[in-house]
Amino acid sequence: MATHYANADAESPRTDESPLIYRTRLPVRIWHWINALSIFVMLMSGMMIFNAHPRLYWGQYGANFDHPWLVIGHRGTSGYLSLWGHEISTTGFLGYAQNAPYAFPPLVTIPSSYSLSDGRQWHFAFAWVLLITGTLFMVYNIVSGHLQRDLALKREERSFAHLWHDIKEHARLRFPTGEAARSYNPLQKIAYLGVLFVLIPTVILTGCTMSPTLNAAFPWLTELFGGRPSARSIHFLCATGFALFIVVHLLAVLLAGPFNELRSIITGWYRLPKERSK
Amino acid sequence: MSKDPTSGLIMPAAAPSSLITRRNALVGGAGLLLAGCDQINASPTVKSFLSLGEKATHSAQRLVTDRNALAREFTRADMSPVFRQNGNQNPGTTEYNALAANNFADWTLSVDGMVKQPIRLSLAQLMAAPRRTQITRHDCVEGWSAIGEWSGVPLGLLLRRAGMSANAKYVVFHCADSTGGIPYYESIDMIDAFHPQTILATHMNGAPLTVGHGAPLRLRVERQLGYKQAKYVMRVEAVASLDGIHGGKGGYWEDHRGYQWFAGI
Repeated sequence: MATHYANADAESPRTDESPLIYRTRLPVRIWHWINALSIFVMLMSGMMIFNAHPRLYWGQYGANFDHPWLVIGHRGTSGYLSLWGHEISTTGFLGYAQNAPYAFPPLVTIPSSYSLSDGRQWHFAFAWVLLITGTLFMVYNIVSGHLQRDLALKREERSFAHLWHDIKEHARLRFPTGEAARSYNPLQKIAYLGVLFVLIPTVILTGCTMSPTLNAAFPWLTELFGGRPSARSIHFLCATGFALFIVVHLLAVLLAGPFNELRSIITGWYRLPKERSK
Repeated sequence: MSKDPTSGLIMPAAAPSSLITRRNALVGGAGLLLAGCDQINASPTVKSFLSLGEKATHSAQRLVTDRNALAREFTRADMSPVFRQNGNQNPGTTEYNALAANNFADWTLSVDGMVKQPIRLSLAQLMAAPRRTQITRHDCVEGWSAIGEWSGVPLGLLLRRAGMSANAKYVVFHCADSTGGIPYYESIDMIDAFHPQTILATHMNGAPLTVGHGAPLRLRVERQLGYKQAKYVMRVEAVASLDGIHGGKGGYWEDHRGYQWFAGI
């Protein structure tokens, strides 16, 4: 790191600018871009699959005559979202949009016109892409020390005071500058760790729980989530979690400086933001 | 992205009088995007790439699961209060109506194909055969699940009795129903055909199958999705290959709607 720092500094034609550092290694960048493509395919084909039965249940069974906790439906040309029986009008967004009577509108599904079978083909093919690359990345994470060095919260970051300070800084949209910007900040680490160790494993396991073949072979997996309809609900909630992560992630990129952030996730090189004057 | 010097800064001022409003541009853009996506979806190269996932899923599921693993069996207390009907709910043909009118007393099941001795069984004979009763969860490809009790004859028993050839690879179920004139059929491999929970059910929830649920005989292959559970089964055929049987992909949904033959997920 130190040599990169020095070299970049020496090569930099403009002395008033802070130095470029090599911050994001190649495997991280490759994994990021495979994910960036795959997660959109998964979310969009997943919404197509959801459209086939836009109701979610808890328990061991759940079908049209049972009681869903979530429904995205339509009456005529009015769309609605129903949560535990409380209905919200969503015409134009959910339930009925773009003249289509589907839970999620054609603009956000793969394929755009209703086809459960095509949606499934996309979903399962990209599930393999994510599973294989995700497994390789986890091996890299451990072997290279990326997890220990860059993602794990440092001892001093684990205090409530430290986290509270970081939360306040984020709320003020003041991101780390200078030397502090060399590493991920604590909230960022927590977000990444949450995706890596909570969202990704849960979405994979609940996905597997929707397989009757795997259910027979590994019945404990189904029971872990309280039944297949429950697993389906949790799978959907995980997808919502990924969607929220993407929104926050893109917002953070925009606020932190999209050019610099994009350069670092494409080339690995990142310009340290200048130390904020106190 | 026109190079017209009047575009750029001058455009916004001119926009209100222009026919291309921002909204139209957005909607048009979305339309183009959708058209592009649908073109990708229809591409044969993309389709063959995506089918790699299907093959991987089939192989992986066969690899990591015990071939004899049983689907969970529930108690009567766990059953769905209402087990919804789905797919075709009445073949409605003259022949079927005549059979149904007579409580299927004239109905017979044919077990043939690659067998030493083709057999033909009446409903009474099937009822007299050794039975298996199981309360299992039915999972539709659409995403819903229902728990019901099924009772019938193990398929393996009938195949053995007919002396199925060792060269047979698949069992095909020919059905009385059709969609838009296209007959329904399904097929499974020998792993599922001889699985102890694979039965030809005559009863559901303690009563003879209703027409809506596939009377008089319905396949239960408990480790696969709902569209494999063929209703109105008339004939069981042992074959070495699915080629040449209807569309060749092993089932109505596989031939005509692009669904996976192995419906393990």
